Amino acid sequence: MEMTMCGIVGLFLKKEDLRPRLGDLLTDMLITMTDRGPDSAGIAIYGDEAPGLKMTIQSETPDETFAGLGDALTVAVGAPVPLRVADTHAVLILPEGTEAAARAFMTEKGIRVMGTGHAMEIFKEVGLPKDVAARFGVRGMGGSHGIGHTRMATESAVTTLGAHPFSTGDDQCLVHNGSLSNHNHLRRSLTQKGFPPSTENDTEVAACYISSRLAEGASLGEALEGTLDDLDGFFTFVVGTKTGFGVVRDPIACKPAVMAETDDYVAFGSEYRAFANLPGIEDARVWEPEPATVYFWER
Amino acid sequence: MRTIDMATTPLRDLNSTLQAAAASGEGQWEIVNPKGSHAVAVGLDGPIAVTIKGSTGYYCAGMNKAAKIHVTGSVGPGVAENMMSGHVIIEGDASQYAGATGHGGLLVIKGNASSRCGISMKGIDIVVHGNIGHMSAFMAQSGNLVVLGDAGDALGDSLYEARLFVRGSVKSLGADCVEKEMRPEHVEILRDLLDRSGAEAKPEEFKRYGSARQLYNFHVDNAGAY
Repeated sequence: MEMTMCGIVGLFLKKEDLRPRLGDLLTDMLITMTDRGPDSAGIAIYGDEAPGLKMTIQSETPDETFAGLGDALTVAVGAPVPLRVADTHAVLILPEGTEAAARAFMTEKGIRVMGTGHAMEIFKEVGLPKDVAARFGVRGMGGSHGIGHTRMATESAVTTLGAHPFSTGDDQCLVHNGSLSNHNHLRRSLTQKGFPPSTENDTEVAACYISSRLAEGASLGEALEGTLDDLDGFFTFVVGTKTGFGVVRDPIACKPAVMAETDDYVAFGSEYRAFANLPGIEDARVWEPEPATVYFWER
Repeated sequence: MRTIDMATTPLRDLNSTLQAAAASGEGQWEIVNPKGSHAVAVGLDGPIAVTIKGSTGYYCAGMNKAAKIHVTGSVGPGVAENMMSGHVIIEGDASQYAGATGHGGLLVIKGNASSRCGISMKGIDIVVHGNIGHMSAFMAQSGNLVVLGDAGDALGDSLYEARLFVRGSVKSLGADCVEKEMRPEHVEILRDLLDRSGAEAKPEEFKRYGSARQLYNFHVDNAGAY
């Protein structure tokens, strides 16, 4: 999926105080990037850990699909499944050991699984960033870190599944500005390794690549280093894990990127505008991430 | 001193006001709340002084002529692009292609500049107090690029006649860019630029790089290729 524009924002909190405001701050950041990507928007947010596995699902017909879903799932997996509906998405909390049964249920009913994780929830839809954020109530969400994306699709359809972030492992998400040229080759080798991309999207291949490296035991930093050797094309990636937040740009680095850091947070934006309303930004260290250099933070 | 607040003044109104002031002569202006906006203080065609309090986005101070523009924060891509004359000072960092295609004037970046600084410069002088990124001064035709810190990969690739002065390390030189002797006239040019840009450095600490003139000169032996 070639993308000449697109906007990325990310916010990783270093202290607890700002947790309740995470969704609010990320929403402001996302809306400032509307010019870069008015087609669709998405956000992955790392909130409170659930007493089970969070599964974010999506339906084109939420009224029908989500009515009575909790009860049906409870029967299907053999345990009560709490469910929170947010517009076209719903977040389920699956008791331990029920993920496989829940996935089989979703496949059977034709319901899309957007991502799973103990902390991460993921929401993405077609539309202006402000509308997408409002539909999901992102402003009201708290958490430790989050990543958002505004998409301007140039060569493929504007669809929910084509929107970012992509999640290909528990609590893992990735957003991308750029385009990859060796994704078909990688798609084959990742499929053989057991990390098959589910769409034709090049960004999802990068997400699968990082998931495969993490599964092999690599740290987030090592997995990001690997993208510099194994991925070909233009990219700025921003990646989240349950406890980590990372950034890497390709060696040519023509996709814009700026970062800001204070004692309270690390922020990423495609442009400085995204930071304009962050608390303490006047005194933040603001810099442009170097090409072919991995930056990551773990809590 | 007049103040324009970008929180309440649309960008087009801001630029129209500044352009009208520049056309009619002198004046001092202060811009507050830029908040990373694009194209702030562009196309100024006269000797006014503008201070931008904060950071800006793409193309700040583009096409500047005669005005003195001072940004207290950092700037996005393409600051002072195609500047003709005047003086642009950035207290913070500059993103990609700072001073690209500039014909004249002085651009001072007190922080770092990223990739492609001074790409295709055509007479502008650029002084960067920090480091510059890769592919800087690509196809630079004339003017001076002075770097107090380090330069990234492929400095001066396909260079014409711009002079490059670097105090720190150069990660690699681009095609047809070579280190050259620092002659007395170069020391004088550099001393003047360091002086005018408030840089605390001695000309003797710098190395000069320039074109080996192997790429762009016409060789009669190659006539058959045209």
